[in-house]
Amino acid sequence: MDGQQAVIDRLRASFRSGISLPEQFRLGQLKALLTLVTDNEQQILEALQKDLAKPKFEAILSEVDMVINELSYTISHLKSWMAPEYVEKNLATKLDDCFVRREPLGVVLIIGAWNYPFQLILLPLIGTIAAGNCAIVKPSEISVTTGKLLADLIPKYLSQECYAVICGGIEETKKLLENRFDHIFYTGSQAVGRSVLQAAAVHLTPVTLELGGKCPCLMYGKLDIQAAAKRLVWAKFFNAGQSCVAPDYVLCNRQTCEALVPALRQALEAFYGQRPRECDDMGRIVSQKHCARLVSLLERSTGKVVIGGETDKEEKYIAPTVLVDVKETDALMEEEIFGPILPIISIDTLADAISFVNAREKPLALYVFSDESKVVHTVLEQTSSGGFCSNDGIVHMCLPGLPFGGVGNSGMGSYHGRWGFETFSHRRACMLRGWGLERVNVLRYPPYTESNLGWLRWATGARRQGWGCSVM
Amino acid sequence: MLERARRAFLTGRTKPLEYRIRQLKSLQRFLVERKTEIATALNKDLHKSEHGIPLFETLSLEGEISLTVNKLAEWAAPRPVEKNLLTISDQVYIQPEPLGVVLVIGAWNYPWAVTIQPLIGAIAAGNAAVVKPSEVSMHTAKIMEDLLPLYLDKEMYPVVTGGVLETQELLKQRFDHIFYTGNSTVGKLVMEAASHHLTPVTLELGGKSPCYIDSSCDLTIACRRIAWGKFSNCGQTCIAPDYVLCNPAIQDRVVEEIRKAVKEFYTDDPKSCTDYGRIINQRHFKRVKAMMEDSLVAFGGENDESQNYIAPTVLKDVKPEAKVMQEEIFGPILPIITVSSVDEAIIFINEREKPLALYIFSPDTKLIKRMIAETSSGGVLANDCLVQYSVSSLPFGGVGNSGMGAYHGKYGFDQLSHLRSCLVKSLSMEVANKIRYPPHTAKKVGWARFFIYRQVNLGRLGKLVLLPLLALIAAIALQVNPFSDSRENSYNAESDNS
Repeated sequence: MDGQQAVIDRLRASFRSGISLPEQFRLGQLKALLTLVTDNEQQILEALQKDLAKPKFEAILSEVDMVINELSYTISHLKSWMAPEYVEKNLATKLDDCFVRREPLGVVLIIGAWNYPFQLILLPLIGTIAAGNCAIVKPSEISVTTGKLLADLIPKYLSQECYAVICGGIEETKKLLENRFDHIFYTGSQAVGRSVLQAAAVHLTPVTLELGGKCPCLMYGKLDIQAAAKRLVWAKFFNAGQSCVAPDYVLCNRQTCEALVPALRQALEAFYGQRPRECDDMGRIVSQKHCARLVSLLERSTGKVVIGGETDKEEKYIAPTVLVDVKETDALMEEEIFGPILPIISIDTLADAISFVNAREKPLALYVFSDESKVVHTVLEQTSSGGFCSNDGIVHMCLPGLPFGGVGNSGMGSYHGRWGFETFSHRRACMLRGWGLERVNVLRYPPYTESNLGWLRWATGARRQGWGCSVM
Repeated sequence: MLERARRAFLTGRTKPLEYRIRQLKSLQRFLVERKTEIATALNKDLHKSEHGIPLFETLSLEGEISLTVNKLAEWAAPRPVEKNLLTISDQVYIQPEPLGVVLVIGAWNYPWAVTIQPLIGAIAAGNAAVVKPSEVSMHTAKIMEDLLPLYLDKEMYPVVTGGVLETQELLKQRFDHIFYTGNSTVGKLVMEAASHHLTPVTLELGGKSPCYIDSSCDLTIACRRIAWGKFSNCGQTCIAPDYVLCNPAIQDRVVEEIRKAVKEFYTDDPKSCTDYGRIINQRHFKRVKAMMEDSLVAFGGENDESQNYIAPTVLKDVKPEAKVMQEEIFGPILPIITVSSVDEAIIFINEREKPLALYIFSPDTKLIKRMIAETSSGGVLANDCLVQYSVSSLPFGGVGNSGMGAYHGKYGFDQLSHLRSCLVKSLSMEVANKIRYPPHTAKKVGWARFFIYRQVNLGRLGKLVLLPLLALIAAIALQVNPFSDSRENSYNAESDNS
């Protein structure tokens, strides 16, 4: 697409000119982004409301504030992140300068998703800017209003030479992916993740894939059911279940299940009242297509609906729904639910529950609710997942010190905070040697002799010490 | 065999550090006990000399094993991170975990170094690994296949030999990480194959590593170091200085100094010198020889197809369009391209793909720093060649066409681990959580913003003091009774004062 090519060329030329490199420039852009958010908070909230009927509180907490927090954190740490990292030297390199330099990669492509359309574009963009790159941002076409808003606001606040927004659907994205970028950051589904990786392979472009999966939630051992239920409900039904790290399904034994259901009912009522449909704090499904998908899953499920179950395709509404007696082979267990439907699968023992989890793809998040530390640590040690959180849901994402990313089918790479900066940087190893000590260097030159080798071995103490061996 | 490795991995026996250390120490013994077999094979494959081998292959492995064994407990331990006010009583850390089964595809130029070093990282991180040495260095591959299983857990770390077809079959399988060392063309195929399974990859590729010589440097020393970097292993090193950029005024001196160094190292007759290597095979011999065709040979150029021998050769006044400048040389031919200034050198370098290494010879630190700032490459080494490889606290890897990912030392451990974010909370302190639950009120938003988004340095605040304080603040924020939710304070858009 000519338009796309022209944009990419312009960005590449800008990058080559070096304008995105100086710390002052990066800080300036980040501060401008901060102004973008604070100046337009109302508009942003309205767009999110339009796209997802996102309750204002959720939009502030999970979208606007996450961006503001990431910006503040990045702005205050940028200088230290950009500084060269001097590394441990060994005896032979004591007189040399050895350091690692974080350098920008070039032109980055960021492809956003529709469930948190604002922060899933801006958080990677923050890392990209901080690392000194130029970027093309491609918001999801499904969250139309937010996409348009970003396309409108970003050029107004950020350097148009360095950053561009390209909107479009599947075709445009495919075309975009034919071009060469220096890093591609994609948030979305596994199927598309594969295509992105394939397209990247053509140009040897490194990628970060933030995918999904079914995040299991195990509840075993002694347990404060009321507290657990509240946190589970909060994490599950936030954004109407459309979070990549929402607890997808629950595993617990029968007794726990019996105690859990009324606790869930209570928590749901406390949060959304008796009629969640009329509650402003309850979100909607993003599109008719996704709503139909969820309705179909419910219809095909052989589980028993114990809470909720009402749906309205017109309104894209699905009531907070809980099912029990769900089998392993149920429709709800086929794919990531991504909606306000919570299946509970009864598994008697923790060991069996862990086997259940391990028989499946590694999820983006894994949750355990238990008052027993042993239970928590057993699950932690015997499973794998992008991230792990015990006795709560989602909040591990809000800590910028923790890398946010998947493993296996749930993704590769990570970001947030310093991790974003590192993701969009190249860690260049630099070694500056001196001109002296040529006499020592002689040890390594041919003609190779036993005695020279002996001296070198001694000097480097390769086998005795724990230092990295320097042969020179 | 992949299935067996996966089953072995799932038994969990790689988890304890003692197991990993045992395997590494066993690998160490292998390198010592089988020194002769290793040397013989390397000599057959690449005409490597008896003393040249430890220098370039095994010494660095021994050092890496030593370092890893020493540091493993530290690297594998949970890494705590900073918290915010709401998680102050929780454990927040990053836990390194194994990925599963790693595929290590080695190369032929330093078959031990580039095949075993990633394996060390894989073992340290607790993975199982399938090792696929390059079939081009076939004698070494055979030794690996025959002898490694005698020292390592052979179910956990099987060695697979074979050529292109076998590698293609391997690549169809699902691994948890693929570590490939080789050229960009195959690198793309590896990444493409990996994409089907969403497998992350580390690609250690190559490129043309430029070597800039500043006119004011000590040319004798510089050229000696460059000659060593270039002609070791007959130029078949991914980080060998590929070509030289210098001012035309010093070109002749550069040629002379390199000639002198070559004579010092390899005598007047490198062909008969045991310390001088050979091209790996006929195909590469023909490829490299052809590169001399359209350029002026300053010295060298002698070759013997029957021995895959090419003399240390320097080409002068080379044009950018010359054959020798079209691809990575990977042979003992050093072209010199003249540039009139540092600016021209930088432009020349930036017009090309990002190389694995950039070499700068200059006494002027400012110039060096300028070149670093205005170019990009996997790594940079000023005033010497190759040695950056051996500093294990420096990441070794490429960028752009020269690769992705890095390893050596802790970088290798991290590269082949999953760094899992962990937040371990308790079910108490529920009071504080109320801030974020619906029904949503303007007040709650304000407090939530305060608690969730303030970073805390735990060292300065006593945990015990903070907990009740936190509860108190939360209770006050929610007014009076922290144990009931009131729907009367519903969030009202008009009164948004957050």
